[in-house]
Amino acid sequence: MGVEGIGARVLRKEDKRFITGKGRYTDDMSVPGMKHAAFVRSPHAHARITGIDVETAKKMPGVIGVLTGAELKADGIGNLICGWMIHSKDGTPMKMGAWSPLATDTVRYVGDAVVIVVADTKGQARDAAEAVDISYEELPVVVKTAEALNEGAPQLHPEAPGNLIFDWDIGDEKATNGAFAGAAHVTKMDIVNGRLVPNAIEPRATLGVYDAGEDHYTCWTTSQNPHVARLVLSAFYNVAPENKLRVIAPDVGGGFGSKIFIYPEELICLWASKKTGVPVKWVADRTESFLADAHGRDHITHAELAFDKDNRILGLKVQTIANLGAYMSLFSSSVPTYLYATLLSGQYDIPAIHANVKAVYTNTAPVDAYRGAGRPEASYVLERIMETAARELKVSPAELRRKNFIRVFPHQTPVIMNYDAGDFDATLDAALKAADYAGFEKRRGEAAKRGKLRGIGLSCYIEACGIAPSAAVGSLGAGVGLWESAEVRVNAIGTIEILTGSHSHGQGHETTFAQLATERFGVPIDSISIVHGDTDKVQMGMGTYGSRSGAVGMSAVIKALDKVEAKAKKIAAHLLEADEADIEIKDGDVRVAGTDKSLPWFQVALAAYTAHNLPSGMEPGLKEGAFYDPSNFTFPGGCHICEVEVDPETGVTEIIQFVAADDFGKVINPMIVEGQVHGGLAQGIGQALLEGTHYDDTGQLLTASFMDYTMPRAQNLPSFDVMTTETPCPSNPLGIKGCGEAGAIGSPPAVINAITDAIRNNNLTMPATPQTVWNAIQAAK
Amino acid sequence: MYETQYHRAASVEEAARLMAEAEDGKFLAGGMTLIPTMKQRLASPSDLIDLRKIEALKGITVEGRTVRIGAVTTHYDVSTNEELAKICPAITSLAGHIGDPQVRNMGTIGGSIANNDPAADYPSALVALDATVITSQRSLPASDFFVGLFETALEPNEIIVAVEFVAPDKAAYKKFPNPASLYAMAGVFVAKSGDNIRVAVTGAGEGGVFRLKDAETALAGNFSPSALDSIAVEPDALLSDMHASADYRANLVKVMAKRAVAEIANRPM
Ligand SMILES: Cc1cc2nc3c(=O)[nH]c(=O)nc-3n(C[C@H](O)[C@H](O)[C@H](O)COP(=O)(O)OP(=O)(O)OC[C@H]3O[C@@H](n4cnc5c(N)ncnc54)[C@H](O)[C@@H]3O)c2cc1C
Repeated sequence: MGVEGIGARVLRKEDKRFITGKGRYTDDMSVPGMKHAAFVRSPHAHARITGIDVETAKKMPGVIGVLTGAELKADGIGNLICGWMIHSKDGTPMKMGAWSPLATDTVRYVGDAVVIVVADTKGQARDAAEAVDISYEELPVVVKTAEALNEGAPQLHPEAPGNLIFDWDIGDEKATNGAFAGAAHVTKMDIVNGRLVPNAIEPRATLGVYDAGEDHYTCWTTSQNPHVARLVLSAFYNVAPENKLRVIAPDVGGGFGSKIFIYPEELICLWASKKTGVPVKWVADRTESFLADAHGRDHITHAELAFDKDNRILGLKVQTIANLGAYMSLFSSSVPTYLYATLLSGQYDIPAIHANVKAVYTNTAPVDAYRGAGRPEASYVLERIMETAARELKVSPAELRRKNFIRVFPHQTPVIMNYDAGDFDATLDAALKAADYAGFEKRRGEAAKRGKLRGIGLSCYIEACGIAPSAAVGSLGAGVGLWESAEVRVNAIGTIEILTGSHSHGQGHETTFAQLATERFGVPIDSISIVHGDTDKVQMGMGTYGSRSGAVGMSAVIKALDKVEAKAKKIAAHLLEADEADIEIKDGDVRVAGTDKSLPWFQVALAAYTAHNLPSGMEPGLKEGAFYDPSNFTFPGGCHICEVEVDPETGVTEIIQFVAADDFGKVINPMIVEGQVHGGLAQGIGQALLEGTHYDDTGQLLTASFMDYTMPRAQNLPSFDVMTTETPCPSNPLGIKGCGEAGAIGSPPAVINAITDAIRNNNLTMPATPQTVWNAIQAAK
Repeated sequence: MYETQYHRAASVEEAARLMAEAEDGKFLAGGMTLIPTMKQRLASPSDLIDLRKIEALKGITVEGRTVRIGAVTTHYDVSTNEELAKICPAITSLAGHIGDPQVRNMGTIGGSIANNDPAADYPSALVALDATVITSQRSLPASDFFVGLFETALEPNEIIVAVEFVAPDKAAYKKFPNPASLYAMAGVFVAKSGDNIRVAVTGAGEGGVFRLKDAETALAGNFSPSALDSIAVEPDALLSDMHASADYRANLVKVMAKRAVAEIANRPM
């Protein structure tokens, strides 16, 4: 490792512009003639539209256009789709209700877009939006996950009778029932994983520009995957063919999944730009973000875990209802199925698993992937029930887990996943030691003297990252392949541009991807630039989510670097009159091994471009591209331990200590990995303690601002104790597993296990607010 | 935000005149409540009359134990006033725990009490301190000034000029913040001057700030936290919302009251 190579704590190259306010976000973009959009959104959770009168609004000052869904349809713009096909256990395809980008006849959640207004200023657009007169006939509403399937529940979509989108199974039901028949102990639990609002610091925004001269569209958008956006906008929504549509995702201020999806707004602004003849910009305000960004989680689950007389797990049964909201967002169907139930084996050798998932419609914002996407839900179910089982069996929660660990790899679980590598004892041991688990009871006693209830909780999670082998996800219903592309361009003077289909929106790719080339050629990191986020620059890519940029995106870069290195060596061998096999590239020099014959790196690059003296038949230039399609998922895992003190008088929980021991495989930049873990933990702890989404019975979102929706603040979090162990991932060239979501996946069960240990009441739902904890304490009295 | 006309008044009289002339005017102080409401298009005043440059509304004066805080004094200025901290640390500490630094640097005591948010901190202090609210037209005791939720005795053209009180022997304020907004979900201000004990509660009452008379009586006989064990805080008249039920608020009121008393009992001053 050099000072800037793989494994080095290189400071983030992008931070200079971010912390000096020089980042360039979508809202910073401005083009001549640009106008502003406002959306008229439904104030009702469920209603029939009986009339839309735009005449008054059209006459308002500054108004350029007031457009409706009927006009959108007339222009052939398609409905929004969910791009992952799930089949119910009876073999029928999922029941997808129509989602018109602008509602034409029915609105199904508060915030559903109905009309777009374009005006000279944002204020004028909003004034005119208020003047749009929409008549509604209100319909009955269903909001709660648990009520969606009730007999007689209000029906959202004619395509999905009883609001049931799919009724999906995984695992072997018969074998699992058989395993339970022989059980010595069965632990049963009802588990709720509440709904979260992602709340990236930058709200969603878009700027749609139609160029009539070229019949060409440009879309600036807050996206985690501009190429997927272009593909979907082009192939499914009929905005324009790909060669006539450029999508740019410039600096993006956080996504956490919520910026993966193609929402109505960017599509409508592109269309509205052509319709009105002006570039159209829209920036969500915070309330719109709350109402109309895809939310996360929202599961209710019943789980049963069977043990033999030696406390070995025999089987696991899980039944989950997943609330997908009012419409199926782009990847919504994959989250509670293949990203959830395939992880239910956790770190344990479980011979038989059966899970059933029913996905339902309700009159709430659409739900889709949010940091962890399905995996936090799985680890929450499994790690809550493991801790509960240990309490029932009166054994150490740590030792019950250890007893059931998988130790032989590869390991085929009963739920599709084939774990390639891991060492769960190592992360458990590291965490137990760091947390001084053995000394806990003493600390509990000491806290009791101060009137505090102290508790400790574990979570041994596994997750699947690096999504994913294209053929595998294709066979499971994905509409796209999940490879990644890269191109390495060595310029004539040896500086390097790396083009990647991954997208950085906080992750630090401009630093970590550059470290790969520094490591390879020994050139300074400042001579390397990362290019991403623009479909005109990078040919194709699948974007950033599911902790895939390291495992998949970097692997593509490595493949391209291999090709560049091979060509550079050929050129050098020719120039140095040596054998290609003897050439090595080190510290910015290209040498003949064991001799003093060498060329500086830039001269090899220059030779490639002057082409005065290349090996015969070789093309000039030094630029190579690669596509990398993973052969397996990667499996980060680890152990999180949370220690809390609860004030019994107020129900306030203080996290005294949080230890995270994670196995991410190879680490490229430990500082950035720690940052990812810190952020993930903040979100996981936020879910566990603070973040609750409340709709009232009429479907109004009560928590639609930061005055009511509690985001984690620094004061809510302890100083984290994070560490990594390393079992390299065997399926990719760098041995990377991924670290972006682990914090959010592992931490919620650790926190709740700690609180329930402290208050001696296992009946506690997230978020464990002071009120919730106080209620649980009263109930246990 | 809808369009509005901004005026900067130089005197109380000018402010009152501008208000009288305005079609639907609003006084503006720190703007921490008014501006967000306007941004959300929930308020649309035709005119904003900024009070912050009016000399007569500025500053804190302490004479002996008599305190006068001008209406446009920011929470930050109250929280950092050393003279005030010497005689009434409870109020400087209260001001130092309002919202966040941005809010404290802009928000004012006049704006806070004019708004009379049921979860605001100052109303409990003013009622417990038996403060006087001085306006452009009159002086009235705090307990008459606060009328109900977001409701005060202020007439449309009336301007708060200052707040006056005599510092008690001892006082303490304990606040249980709403986890999201950090406003009070239950805040209890206890003031003790000789045998005169006043306990006022904010954040919890259905009608805004109120005095906890049972606690005052119990503490008059025995000024210690345990004196409050026996009092009953009735949930009936307390707020209940998604953040806290009335039962929970009743519990918090009692716990905060006990902690305030404990702080006073353990403090030299
Ligand atoms: C994020 C956030 C957190 C907050 N947290 C807290 C908290 O923890 N505790 C708390 O107590 N408060 C809190 N606040 C409110 C804060 O204290 C505000 O400053 C206060 O509510 C209003 O004061 P202002 O000076 O900003 O008034 P403005 O917003 O300017 O005005 C508020 C109202 O008072 C009227 N007004 C202002 N001054 C006068 C006057 N002199 N005479 C007559 N009428 C007048 C205005 O016309 C307006 O109707 C918070 C606010 C925010 C934004």
